[in-house]
Amino acid sequence: MMSFISYFINGLSLGSVYAIIALGYTMVYGIAKMLNFAHGDVIMIGGYMVFTVVSTMGLGPVAGVLLAVILCTVLGVVIEGVAYRPLRMASPLAVLITAIGVSYLLQNIALLVFGSNPKSFTSVVTIPALKLANGKLTISGETIVTIISCVVIMICLTTFIKKTKAGQAMLAVSEDKGAAQLMGINVDGTIALTFAIGSALAAVAGALLCSAYPTLTPYTGSMPGIKAFVAAVFGGIGSIPGALIGGLLLGIIENLSKAYISSQLSDAIVFGVLIVVLLVKPTGILGKKISEKV
Amino acid sequence: MKKSMKKLLSVTMAIAMVASLTACGGKSNGTATTESKTESPKASGEGSFKIGGIGPITGSTAIYGQAVMNGAELAIKEINAGGGIGGAQIEYNFQDDEGDTEKAVNAYNTLKDWGMQVLMGTVTSAPCIAVGAESSNDNMFQLTPSGSAVDCTKFENQFRVCFSDPNQGSASAQYIGENKLATKVAVIYDSSDVYSTGIHDKFISEAGTQGVEIVADEAFTADNNTNFSVQLQKAQDSGAELVFLPIYYSQAALILAQAKQMGYETSFFGCDGLDGLLNVENFDKTLAENVMLLTPFAADAKDELTQKFVASYKEKYKETPNQFAADAYDAIYAIKAASEKAAVTPDMDASAICDGLKKAMTEISINGLTGENMKWTADGEPDKAPKAIKIVNGVYTAM
Repeated sequence: MMSFISYFINGLSLGSVYAIIALGYTMVYGIAKMLNFAHGDVIMIGGYMVFTVVSTMGLGPVAGVLLAVILCTVLGVVIEGVAYRPLRMASPLAVLITAIGVSYLLQNIALLVFGSNPKSFTSVVTIPALKLANGKLTISGETIVTIISCVVIMICLTTFIKKTKAGQAMLAVSEDKGAAQLMGINVDGTIALTFAIGSALAAVAGALLCSAYPTLTPYTGSMPGIKAFVAAVFGGIGSIPGALIGGLLLGIIENLSKAYISSQLSDAIVFGVLIVVLLVKPTGILGKKISEKV
Repeated sequence: MKKSMKKLLSVTMAIAMVASLTACGGKSNGTATTESKTESPKASGEGSFKIGGIGPITGSTAIYGQAVMNGAELAIKEINAGGGIGGAQIEYNFQDDEGDTEKAVNAYNTLKDWGMQVLMGTVTSAPCIAVGAESSNDNMFQLTPSGSAVDCTKFENQFRVCFSDPNQGSASAQYIGENKLATKVAVIYDSSDVYSTGIHDKFISEAGTQGVEIVADEAFTADNNTNFSVQLQKAQDSGAELVFLPIYYSQAALILAQAKQMGYETSFFGCDGLDGLLNVENFDKTLAENVMLLTPFAADAKDELTQKFVASYKEKYKETPNQFAADAYDAIYAIKAASEKAAVTPDMDASAICDGLKKAMTEISINGLTGENMKWTADGEPDKAPKAIKIVNGVYTAM
């Protein structure tokens, strides 16, 4: 029983990271109707930023995370302005290919700057592990911080979208870009804001991911990026609560199938579940049925 | 007008991006050539042997490649200073393969164009197998210092200095059993990697005969190699006294860190893949305290040969040599011994040299850093005794 709880909590922690990353995918898709495949690599850049600030420059973890958030926000806006905005009117396929191109560009820049040797990441979490049930159950500080961060981010984001003008503008743009523009909403500005928020979250996800699984290479972001994309589709792409549910479910399924079925087949099981869900409900768990406009 | 301006701008941006990409490519090529070392004696030309080396100088196993490159270079310098092989000097050229099979074959072709006569390499198993297919076609003598997969000595022209994976697996089981390190053992291995599975399979089959019980046998794959919480939890629940890690150091560093996060204290035992653990950038060395690994070489051994090697390596490369450097050093001396035995000369072509060396390898016996009286069988396998070392206070210590 104790090990089941432990597997479950670890899965929840992994799922929380997936959920935070999935938010970036789902927001960008919901508003700009594009898949930003470079999102996973923004996470990696965030990780390297924290690493540089904390381990090389010797500043505190809080400063590291803050600087990473700022850098990734700027990076997200720059990527959007340079690579995606000129293609706003182009076919979705062109934008998709550009996103893949940006992803490789970021990976290769990191390869050039930081080299391909793996670096050991110093955890940004300093709170001690929680020992329960006479030490039979240990919950690491990283796990606690990851789960709490995920919940806080979710609440803040939902409030932001519901209560603020910018949030309402995002909703309007995701509903109908043309009508929103006619109503006087700055569409380009709103999309840039979406990328800024998504990339800031990627920086947080990078710091949490690398703290829980302390290694850093230029490819650190790619696999979690793909898994988070799956989580976003799983929960219903475009839906913020969907990203949360998709991410958490994916993390828990992955860890439990590793524990009780096979540690080698966990990825196959995760993707198998995705296929089943999409067969039953093609728009994902919380996805809305959208009639495609031509 | 405005629209065409925008188009022009995006085209310019695209060109700029491509240009910056090619600039990146150009630069990385540049570093590759500066990093690859070419050791040519002053009196080069007709009368010198051309030995090529291939290994990862960059990439996730770069620590191995750099050690091999340096260890071999040291041996070649010594041999050249002492008169060379049968009076002929050695020219040395080491190429980077980043641990990648395709790049290894490219490196092999580059070296062939350079005029290589004997190949010392490659360092890691998968590239070694890929290059073996080429070198056996060319009948090029190939001696790998550290390619431990079974297929690294598949062809007649291939020999190795290190133990093969199955030999490491059975040697580990024997070592744990004979020294009574543990009776209950958990294994965590990479089921997508040929090196790891090779050791794992033999270890499992050998453990029973050594009175070692396998209480947990957990795998991971290359796509899922950062989260080890489940595998460690299972090892802990199974009551294992020791966790056997037949994997590479980058994942081992993660496993050690996560074991600490979850408050799991146990002993860890690994094979030569763990060598390099202490060199991971920013790695907390206290995590590796008391980790044991099976290796034929310990830098703090008291014999004269090791001490001399360690001293000159430290002086030249500013770090303590690991077993890969020692393997490469022995490889060069084995090539020297076999060449002298077969009486090959630098004016012979690679194929003729290979025929001579293939036969001579089974007839020589050398006292190297990684074993005394090392001999080779015609299968290409070395015959020497395994040793284990322990990490104490952040340094390797003989057990």
